[in-house]
Amino acid sequence: MRKAIKTILGASVVAMSFIAPAQAAGDAKHPAVIDWSFNGPLGTYDRDALRRGYQVYKEVCASCHSMNQLSFRNLSQEGGPEFTEAEVKALAKEYTVEDGPDDYGDMYERPALASDRFVAPYPNDNAARAANGGAYPPDLSLINKARSGGPDYIHALLTGYQEAPDGVEMRPGLYYNPYMAGGKIAMPSPLMEDLLEYGDGTAATVEQMSLDVTHFLNWAAEPELEARKRAGFMVLIYLAIFAGLMYASMRKIWADLH
Amino acid sequence: MSGESTYNPGTGFTQWLDTRLPILRLAHDSFVDYPTPKNLNYWWTFGGILTFCLVTQIITGIILAMHYTPHVDFAFNSVEHIMRDVNYGWLIRYIHANGASMFFIAVYIHMFRGLYYGSYKAPREVLWILGVVIYLLMMAAAFMGYVLPWGQMSLWGATVITNLFGAIPLIGENIAIWLWGGYSVDNPTLNRFFSLHYLIPFLIFGVVILHIWALHVPGNNNPTGISVKSKQDTVPFHPYYTVKDGFALSLFLILFSYFIFFAPNVLGHADNYIQANPLVTPAHIVPEWYLLPFYAILRAVPDKLGGVALMFGAIFVLFLLPWLDTSKVRSARYRPLFRQFYVLFILDCLLLGYLGAQPAEGIYIVLARIGTIYYFAHFLVVLPVLGLVEKPKAIPESISEPVLAAKPAE
Repeated sequence: MRKAIKTILGASVVAMSFIAPAQAAGDAKHPAVIDWSFNGPLGTYDRDALRRGYQVYKEVCASCHSMNQLSFRNLSQEGGPEFTEAEVKALAKEYTVEDGPDDYGDMYERPALASDRFVAPYPNDNAARAANGGAYPPDLSLINKARSGGPDYIHALLTGYQEAPDGVEMRPGLYYNPYMAGGKIAMPSPLMEDLLEYGDGTAATVEQMSLDVTHFLNWAAEPELEARKRAGFMVLIYLAIFAGLMYASMRKIWADLH
Repeated sequence: MSGESTYNPGTGFTQWLDTRLPILRLAHDSFVDYPTPKNLNYWWTFGGILTFCLVTQIITGIILAMHYTPHVDFAFNSVEHIMRDVNYGWLIRYIHANGASMFFIAVYIHMFRGLYYGSYKAPREVLWILGVVIYLLMMAAAFMGYVLPWGQMSLWGATVITNLFGAIPLIGENIAIWLWGGYSVDNPTLNRFFSLHYLIPFLIFGVVILHIWALHVPGNNNPTGISVKSKQDTVPFHPYYTVKDGFALSLFLILFSYFIFFAPNVLGHADNYIQANPLVTPAHIVPEWYLLPFYAILRAVPDKLGGVALMFGAIFVLFLLPWLDTSKVRSARYRPLFRQFYVLFILDCLLLGYLGAQPAEGIYIVLARIGTIYYFAHFLVVLPVLGLVEKPKAIPESISEPVLAAKPAE
């Protein structure tokens, strides 16, 4: 048994060891590692953090950043912020979307439904660029998976703005952030103390808002995370028992040969 | 396999079928009664594991294709649709994406096992060559599969690889345009890659059948490298090796599950979650980990055509291996010098893999050149010369002899 595990896992680990460097790091400062509640084999999202995070996205980020992969209905799904369906309908209604063509061939506007996608701040990429000095504010649906470092990086970036050190030339419209590759970012520091008022009374510090919105963005990128980790735990238990049975069968079958 | 078939149809129906299409006899002789050396170690379980990987990739791939749209405007979003809206779509996609990596881990172990125990030597040259064909097809399938999600690495990886064909003198540019179906990697490219990505696994399946056929004629090699001499040396495949392969597979599945459920994206690249954009080039274009050694060889050569030639040469040399190794002794157990060079060769492959992920500059380039030269030297110099100068250790009379000798009297 031990020999088998050594062979199979050992060989696989050797094979793995040269996978790791595939993610070559840039010149940016390394983000601090945060102990997120969704880390670890049985990690789950913090519902309150998700709801506060949605508020930060809606009131701050959403003025420039779209989240095209999400629908309002996702907000009431299991494993997410888990708003009630009534709450989601009310949230959606605040937005107007274009629909149509109607029976006369005309487009018309109507309040958004739970089944609609999040409403993007700009009609297209060019409009987004034009409104932001030529820099395109990326869609945030997958941002935590689309940046190496994931949530740690996003949080570090949001809270990491600094004065540019001496000798670093900053063009107008660029801001210094050591976590950004190259140190220069077109997004001004988006968060400041008491920028919004949390519904649950939590103090809206920069740190708190950043943690909350990063939490929310992680759910947006990996809405299946809780179900995935739960299933994985059961699968591993099943496989461990199965491997044990296979081992016992093997010993029994091979016994007459040795 | 040599020898009489021992299949004995038990029922009226199986007797009837056996005289018309002896398919059950074939299955019985191939996977039940097939005489297998009794001393195979766990390194031999990866053949079964690889079959499992192939079937898993085909099944999950067919399901993914039901929900995927091969169009530049929709591909990225259709993958997210699979991840978010399709029931258990995330599970199917993560199995398929990580399955590719697991497939390559298993195939590399399988190949290095063959290298160590001399499984490519007579009478198994054709078996080995078919294996290299499968490996080539796997790389093509994996490369095209990586393009389908249409993320940044999909587009730019495809651009780098297809541009390699442009290095061919005179007709290179036309070949590249023909591959693309246009003047750059674009919608026609994505379309045909999807079509080919769906086709290749079935080609692999066909070659796997030939591979197993070519295995069952001479029979398995084994850790001693000594040919089977008598019935004493073998056991029937079932139940002895079905259960051993099954046990090894369940351990392999534990590792596989770890990636699927707890680290589904560590083997991929973050940039592939950004939709492909022909106007923005990523800072580092890196292929998937299993292609990195070849990428290092490609970039080690200052001349583009030379790099392409060496990269393909690095695979082509494997076809010649059965005739490059001049030693008559199969197993490295009895080849003390070869064992040391074998370890060096593994280290060289790992070094090249590491360098493939680094920027092509400074010391990395120098090391990649040394690694590349050593890679070819291993096949073209070390193996031919070793067979002539090495003094092998004493080789036992039969497979059973060392097995019995290793076991203290009971």
